[in-house]
Amino acid sequence: MSNIAIEVKNLRKDFGKLVAIDQISFSIMESEIVGFLGANGAGKTTLIYLLLGLLTPSSGTIRIFGFCPLSARNEILSFSNFASGYISLPSNLTVRENLLVFALLYRVKEPELKIDFLLDLLEITHLQHKVTGFLSAGELTRVCLCKALLNDPKLLFLDEPTAGLDPSIAEKVCELLLEQRKKSGVTIIYTSHNMRDVERLCDRIIFMKSGKIITQGIPLEIVQEFKQRNLEELFIELTRK
Amino acid sequence: MSLERILGLFLRYTYVYRRSWIRVLEFVFWPVMDLLVWGYLTLFLSNAEKSFSSPFQFLIGAMILWDVLYRTQLGITVSFLEDVWSKNLINLLVTPITIQEFFIAIFLVGIFKSLLILGLLGCLAALFYHFHLTQIGFYLLPLIGNLFLMGSACGVLTIALLLRWGQAAESLAWAIPILFQPFAAVFYPLYVLPKWIQPLSFLVPATHVFEGLRGGLQGTYSYSHLFWATFLNCCYLCFSFFLFKRFFLSAREKGLLVKIGTQ
Repeated sequence: MSNIAIEVKNLRKDFGKLVAIDQISFSIMESEIVGFLGANGAGKTTLIYLLLGLLTPSSGTIRIFGFCPLSARNEILSFSNFASGYISLPSNLTVRENLLVFALLYRVKEPELKIDFLLDLLEITHLQHKVTGFLSAGELTRVCLCKALLNDPKLLFLDEPTAGLDPSIAEKVCELLLEQRKKSGVTIIYTSHNMRDVERLCDRIIFMKSGKIITQGIPLEIVQEFKQRNLEELFIELTRK
Repeated sequence: MSLERILGLFLRYTYVYRRSWIRVLEFVFWPVMDLLVWGYLTLFLSNAEKSFSSPFQFLIGAMILWDVLYRTQLGITVSFLEDVWSKNLINLLVTPITIQEFFIAIFLVGIFKSLLILGLLGCLAALFYHFHLTQIGFYLLPLIGNLFLMGSACGVLTIALLLRWGQAAESLAWAIPILFQPFAAVFYPLYVLPKWIQPLSFLVPATHVFEGLRGGLQGTYSYSHLFWATFLNCCYLCFSFFLFKRFFLSAREKGLLVKIGTQ
């Protein structure tokens, strides 16, 4: 039987008068891949930052494998990792140097071997001595994913990791994440505006609008419930409502 | 030639001053600081030969030690800024690294860089100007140690201010030590400064270091200067960390932490 990986109760985050997250509650089981969907400004990224302890909640509680992100920050961060399409790596270091720095920060055992393994897994061994600033968007995404897998995370936060990627690389990223879940049972929190990725990857989706959860469930079932043909149509329908 | 295009670019470079008091301050800061330092230095040099046998030697010593302070502070601040510039700060903040580990690492970077500069400038000064910083013996070590401490306090303070005001405060990375320079009696003795500024200068640890340096070069070693420099540095380090913690928590509350990391 699976355990609860993330439990959020009545979470709220205000920035002055703006309510970014409005009294939301949900739970995510271990090994689940859950997609958070919504238009820009719906609160998806704010939610991820709250879960990572980068923001303080205005009210409500968060438990990650039983720990509170603010008081047990180090415990949580040692078994989780994060990648985002909007966050980069030091551009003046080579790919291998960057990965070695992060392997040391996560205290990875035998870091050189782990880096070799991940570079091979993501098919970027040939880029290892290339300066990160000279990588293409697709190459950088794969290096960031490499960084995100360095500590064999139990929990992986991916904030639009395929933003700006061509469909074939996005497809590869999805395949890799599914493979990783099969192998290690990693729980994945995923946000994306690419509905094809979400359909392919996510066991469950949580749809957000103006900081609130407006619907959640299995992608196909929600599509049917709202009488739409696919997730993309559902997305447009729900964001315009 | 298009006046509209020129106006467009003119506005592009000046709009930023409308919303950033730090930028406006920076606009006048450097020239004013330069005038103060060079003005007091001129006052000192015009009478220096009466009081000092070789005032120019003091200048070389002061210049080298000033760089120790400045490079330590800059080494610490730029290490932090490099992660901001490369959008890597969030990546670091989501690793299990502790604040203490972070500061120890960047202090080491700052101290390492300034030691390299100290070694290089010391050798060049000996080679070209026959000025030997080591002539004041072991008394030099606590002076340098105090400059590391003050550079570290300034570094932590700058990072705290960056967390509070974001990248708009970036110029503070270069400006903060310069803010103290005219009052820290770096290139001239304390008595050159107006009487009403002297109590203020007494509160700057670097004042005691540079007064100590001038004394040491004349063969008089003041342990009271060492005491005050160390005591003040400890106070300022504690204050800087207090401010950092306060602004860090506030930045996490207000979302500035993720904003500075993704801008």
